[in-house]
Amino acid sequence: MPQVNIRIENVVGNKVLATDGTQYTNAHGDTFSVSTYKYYISNISLYTEDSVEYKEPESYYLVDEEKKDSKFFSIKNLPPGKYVRIKFLIGVDSLRNVSGAQKGALDQLNAMFWDWNTGYIMAKLEGKSPQVKIGSFGYHIGGFKGGENVLQWVVLDLPVAADVKAGKKPEIHLESDVQEWFKSPDTVDISKVYSIATAGLKAVGMASNYADMFSVDHVENK
Amino acid sequence: MKKIIIVAGVLLMGFISLLTGCKPDPDFDTIKTPELTFTVPQGWPAPAYNFENNVISNANFQLGRRLFFDTRLSKDNTISCGSCHQPFSAFAQFDHAVSHGVDDLLGTRNSPALFNLNWHTTYFWDGGVNHLESQPINPIQNPVEMDETVENIIAKLSADADYKKRFKEVWGSDTVNSQRIFKSMAFYMGMLISSNSKYDKFKRGESGGNMTAEELSGYEIYKSNCASCHTEPLFTDLSFKNNGLKATAVNDSGRAHITGAAADMYKFKVPSLRNLKYTMPYMHDGRFDELNQVLNHYATGVQASSTLDPSLTNGIKLTDKQRSDLLAFLNTLNDEEFVKNPLFQEPQD
Repeated sequence: MPQVNIRIENVVGNKVLATDGTQYTNAHGDTFSVSTYKYYISNISLYTEDSVEYKEPESYYLVDEEKKDSKFFSIKNLPPGKYVRIKFLIGVDSLRNVSGAQKGALDQLNAMFWDWNTGYIMAKLEGKSPQVKIGSFGYHIGGFKGGENVLQWVVLDLPVAADVKAGKKPEIHLESDVQEWFKSPDTVDISKVYSIATAGLKAVGMASNYADMFSVDHVENK
Repeated sequence: MKKIIIVAGVLLMGFISLLTGCKPDPDFDTIKTPELTFTVPQGWPAPAYNFENNVISNANFQLGRRLFFDTRLSKDNTISCGSCHQPFSAFAQFDHAVSHGVDDLLGTRNSPALFNLNWHTTYFWDGGVNHLESQPINPIQNPVEMDETVENIIAKLSADADYKKRFKEVWGSDTVNSQRIFKSMAFYMGMLISSNSKYDKFKRGESGGNMTAEELSGYEIYKSNCASCHTEPLFTDLSFKNNGLKATAVNDSGRAHITGAAADMYKFKVPSLRNLKYTMPYMHDGRFDELNQVLNHYATGVQASSTLDPSLTNGIKLTDKQRSDLLAFLNTLNDEEFVKNPLFQEPQD
């Protein structure tokens, strides 16, 4: 059966993300470097030019900047067609947050799980900044209930249709931009907001910021 | 107690031997006993957790029980789940106000009794955990409880041939992973059903269920004063309430620790009134050693606050006779068969 490959590149503005201490400047003018960048992508759907939706079953991926393999995966067994749109969730749907022990990307050992207040950390950004009095910052964004819900749907149109057919492996190249965590709607002053480790308003705000961090760089029909 | 199972086991093995002509398996723990079933006690509501996506089998029960009582689940191999959840104490920790973890570190809350867990949708005094399978990781990783990583536990158990055999029997391969560990533990814990107290037999019209006049009077007193929170048949409505305890230096915010809501300050999960005989001391911090102290609190000790449960605004004032009748009724909620059930005890090999 045909497949489509997804390749993700994490970037900071127009630069490829490096976790070697490279310093960046955010929208507020603060200097920062990144040590950890991890997030869940789940519930991926692809749409044909006729708006027929293909929902990938058991669709859970943990993207980890430190793990090359995590930034490339295949959606297999989808019907042939010209796919023009992709939709996915940043995070893990609420149902899997209340369904007990899981495996694979959702294994509770992936350091993306709160044990004391059950739920997944949907996205995690950690690093250093001279503007922070303790020298480092950490954003653990989670929460799925009511006003704590940080889940963000992403819908992206592809610039060129991914031509899915037997013998071909078209590749959708996505980018995720760390800069988006720090801006719009709320510009983050890193000296004030440097630690988020529980569900709540701060996490919801940060998730609203990063909701638009994904873009399609290009589609490679090969 | 062990003797009884061994006798039963020998009889059963004899039976199997007759059928197969094989020699009985010398390993007592893997004797083929009739498969376990999960039965909802008569008159009870449907449980929230039915072991969906789990395995209902003897082998899984025995694996979960073994894990529950295995000290290797703690950092220095000294503390098991059973250390703070003792079968004879209805799986609370008898006579300990707060739990003692590795290096004798103390927690801040009383080790809750464990039974009828499949009817709950939240776990812990603050209700932070939402699934029985997601419960074990919390005390395992808590620095003042077992202070161990699940990665280390997987490594320790994977080095044990007996465990690998058991994982294979239950899960189809000998891989030890977090999901299998937590599901097996959840199966054992979920099978801890307490429904054979005198009260239960009374409700079912069974022998051993004849209530005395005092007990029946106490039942009525319970219905008018306690039942709105400690609701039958679980004797908890599973909600979170502030019952007006005096603040202590710990200043535990309770449910608000999870929800962040001011309206949840000092609220704790309503505990069941079942098995109180075995589970002293009482309250989320184990501050009361005797039920009389608890009733004194409700009579004269309730502290006013913005989150105090409205039903306790005027306290619960009982005459001496009402109090002794109520205590007689509460005594009918003790389930001796449960705490002494040989199936639930620590494996001896």
